[in-house]
Amino acid sequence: MTTSASWPDVPAFPLAAKSALADAQMRRNIGMATSTIREKRTGVVEEMPDWEQLREAGRALKERTLRHLDEHLLTLEESVTRAGGVVHWARDGDEANAIVTRIAKSKGVSEVVKVKSMATVEIELNEALEAAGITALETDLAELIVQLGRDRPSHILVPAIHRNRAEIRDIFRRTIGPETLTDEPAELAEAARRFLRERFLRARVGVSGANFAVAETGAIAVLESEGNGRMCTTLPETLITVCGIEKLVPAWQDLEVFLQLLPRSSTAERMNPYTTLWSGARDDDGPREFHLVLLDNGRTDSLADELARQTLACIRCSACLNVCPVYERTGGHAYGSVYPGPIGAILTPQLAGMRAAGSLPFASSLCGACYEVCPVKIDIPTVLVHLRDRSNKERAAASLKGRLDPERLALKAVAKGFATRGRYERLQKLGRLGQWPLARKGKIERLPGELGGWTKARDLMPIPDQTFREWWVEREASR
Amino acid sequence: MNAARDAILARVRAALRDVPEAERADDVAVARDYRTEGTLPHAEVVALFAENCADYRANVREVDAAGLPGAIAEALAARGARRLAIPADLPAQWRAGDGVEWVEDHGLSHDALSAVDGVVTGCAVAVALNGTIALDGGVAQGRRALTLLPDYHLCVVHAEQVVELVPEGIARLREAALAGQPMTIVAGPSATSDIEFNRVEGVHGPRTLDVLVVTG
Ligand code: SF4
Repeated sequence: MTTSASWPDVPAFPLAAKSALADAQMRRNIGMATSTIREKRTGVVEEMPDWEQLREAGRALKERTLRHLDEHLLTLEESVTRAGGVVHWARDGDEANAIVTRIAKSKGVSEVVKVKSMATVEIELNEALEAAGITALETDLAELIVQLGRDRPSHILVPAIHRNRAEIRDIFRRTIGPETLTDEPAELAEAARRFLRERFLRARVGVSGANFAVAETGAIAVLESEGNGRMCTTLPETLITVCGIEKLVPAWQDLEVFLQLLPRSSTAERMNPYTTLWSGARDDDGPREFHLVLLDNGRTDSLADELARQTLACIRCSACLNVCPVYERTGGHAYGSVYPGPIGAILTPQLAGMRAAGSLPFASSLCGACYEVCPVKIDIPTVLVHLRDRSNKERAAASLKGRLDPERLALKAVAKGFATRGRYERLQKLGRLGQWPLARKGKIERLPGELGGWTKARDLMPIPDQTFREWWVEREASR
Repeated sequence: MNAARDAILARVRAALRDVPEAERADDVAVARDYRTEGTLPHAEVVALFAENCADYRANVREVDAAGLPGAIAEALAARGARRLAIPADLPAQWRAGDGVEWVEDHGLSHDALSAVDGVVTGCAVAVALNGTIALDGGVAQGRRALTLLPDYHLCVVHAEQVVELVPEGIARLREAALAGQPMTIVAGPSATSDIEFNRVEGVHGPRTLDVLVVTG
């Protein structure tokens, strides 16, 4: 696939996962956090007798949006312009970054305050601003933790989910102080409040993303918890919002669905503490200047794939991450992509291009838990299989080397081996005899020659002395 | 810049080649068969709002109209709030309390708003199902910064402003939305779930939220 998008490199998931699996502390942190949120989510979803109807409406509304996206984009442009905002269009991240940088520079600022936005992480806006001599200050607690810890986000909602409270305390002590800080969450929050307060008050340019953009009224919605989103979108004289073109909803009324689906699915609350909605700019309330940057960056490539198009319905709630057994064990960094977990496995390769991130659709066990929780009913397993197929085809087509890919060859051989029962049992016996030079401490970490590709990223359990079938036959015989 | 606009729109249209020419957006069916109209008696709606709003650790109290000024004075005294920012159109009878200084917002600076002890406002609508309060800049609500910078927010909600369901709340905000009014929907005091996914109250927005629900 060719794409006009500018995307950071995505390292192969399997290699990154192997080292992530070895990080016991991180696995514990993520395991604790995701199990907490899973339980809470189930509670707030179960109290909604019409949850399934809401999910279906959410799915259908996004279908309505995407199938007529050109029309809705033009309506949004008109509404925002009428309300005193300026609309910009950006084909890729570089264009979007250039627009934001130009506006910030024209205001003569050396710092902008930012509220968490996946789209701006995706286009590496902070780095672009930095290169232009402008500091982008992340104001979300979790983003701040990531930024101060010189770390990378690992979750789309709670980017510092891989850090526990003691680690956060240490990062704060090292950076914003005070030295005497404890790991009491309320105290950690207070430290962030003190650090950011002055900065909010003197900020002249704010940068945000958008959860929803209502074409009919031009309203941009930002859902958040801490109040930093309100600060960034209300206090500065100039506000710049970077919004993926898939974030639209056609009508004001449609918010009645999404404002119910999103909070219960993401932070597992009936509603998140603060939701800000604004259209354009006004003289008497909030920023006097508003810029909306509509971002493509590969989204139209996804739109062109009829089956995978539904990926663009994603409202970034992160429920699919929280239920994913693969995510729970590897964490977000292993995906090497801004969007980790099941959604990342299908979104990143479409946006960044199969060749950049073609290994991600394989980072799943296809258990289907993600589909069940998805508030807009994205059929992630089906899209995954579809993309695996696309990735394989594109890989095979890409080069002769692709056709001789050891994994493909090995899988072909395996398929042969599984084809008949006799052949399978003979192979098992052969395998048992042949594996002894490879097995160490009960697992095989490296296969020889061409087969090494398989174990580069996986440990293999050696074939046991007795198969289940052999054990069963023996057990039945001895009864 | 227009080149980018044209290019994106062209790419969108090319990507949607499978959509029949004659299809309109509204042809894509959306069943709104979720709950859109409440069924509870109004007294129960109000009680449910109070319960769900308090669940976010807001302090919710029901009072009757005659008792409102007294309840405001009591709340302010309990919080030790003596200088209160208010929207200029806050009803006179709400300005209750001995020795309280009322600072009307006629474009107060951010520093001035930060320096007051709290803010008193009304609201546009409240939703029982999720315990939220919406402010749309209408009567007695003021601009967004007013309810953001002070550390304490006392919000007066009239029973008739409380609806049962989210769709009912969104419908009540529609007129303000079409007029381009900025809005804030509030569910309790500011909080974060960023530390181990546990909710901790009190980050950047008001750390204390008192709600007086006026019934009768
Ligand atoms: S794919 Fe669905 S569950 Fe996953 S983040 Fe997006 S909306 Fe949420």
